[in-house]
Amino acid sequence: MRWIWFDRFEEFDSGKRAVAVKNVTLAEDHLHDHFPGFPIMPASLMIEGMAQTAGILVGEARQFSEKVILAKVKRAAFEALVRPGDQLRYVAEIEQLTDSAATTLGKIELDGAPLGEVDIVFSHIDQNMSGLAFPEENFVFTEEFMNLLRTYRPAGRQKVSL
Amino acid sequence: MPTMTKDEIFEKVQETLVDALSVDDDEVTETARLQEDLGAESIDFLDIAFQLEKTFGIKIPQEELFPRQILSNPDYVVDKKLNEAGVAALKAAMPHADLSEFEKDPVIDNIAEVFTVGTIVRYVQAKLGG
Repeated sequence: MRWIWFDRFEEFDSGKRAVAVKNVTLAEDHLHDHFPGFPIMPASLMIEGMAQTAGILVGEARQFSEKVILAKVKRAAFEALVRPGDQLRYVAEIEQLTDSAATTLGKIELDGAPLGEVDIVFSHIDQNMSGLAFPEENFVFTEEFMNLLRTYRPAGRQKVSL
Repeated sequence: MPTMTKDEIFEKVQETLVDALSVDDDEVTETARLQEDLGAESIDFLDIAFQLEKTFGIKIPQEELFPRQILSNPDYVVDKKLNEAGVAALKAAMPHADLSEFEKDPVIDNIAEVFTVGTIVRYVQAKLGG
């Protein structure tokens, strides 16, 4: 499971808010192609980072019992370029949460200043099947993924209770 | 918000749809169909229902806005069409929708036609007790 686009949680307030940190580094291959000689963090991967931060927040709110799928990026806006060495903070808040879906509001910060906003709609797909049946096992929050989550530490070095 | 007029409800529904579907406000007319005219996809309905709940302080049960249980009931559906009992059940379940065109040829695939901006406005109005 390497498709993780943040490095650790800094805050985790169950059902309300999560803050994750992403360190941007030249050790990431994609920065050498995006773009050669001018490495900047792709906006699409910042959307992914926010989606993971917010998606885990939404999943944890129902004890990871739902398959939480990104349904729609309602809004994504970025105001500056992000370079290697920068540290991003993904600040996600649950706006609404129901049995079938959730909406989150997200702010991305760079050095404490606002960098962008990413608002997302998530679906609990088992509750929105439209006649389709999905596999019983939770293929979103897999065991491997949950194990990885347990390794995260907040700033205080205590284990996040996920 | 029980004292809202229909025009006020319409304005707020319009704002919601402009935001959710990235359309211009002059496209959101009373008769505009959500899917065909405004390009709504199924996932947009989730988003719209959410925003309406927040804007109007109401609860929108999924089966109320979209009576899936009727459209998938074998007693009501014959050859992908609603029979008479099915149309009657749909009318009872969706009093806010104008089904006059749909019931002329009640093919299930045409159900999207009944989801107009006006349908939503009347639904919200009924929910607010107006």
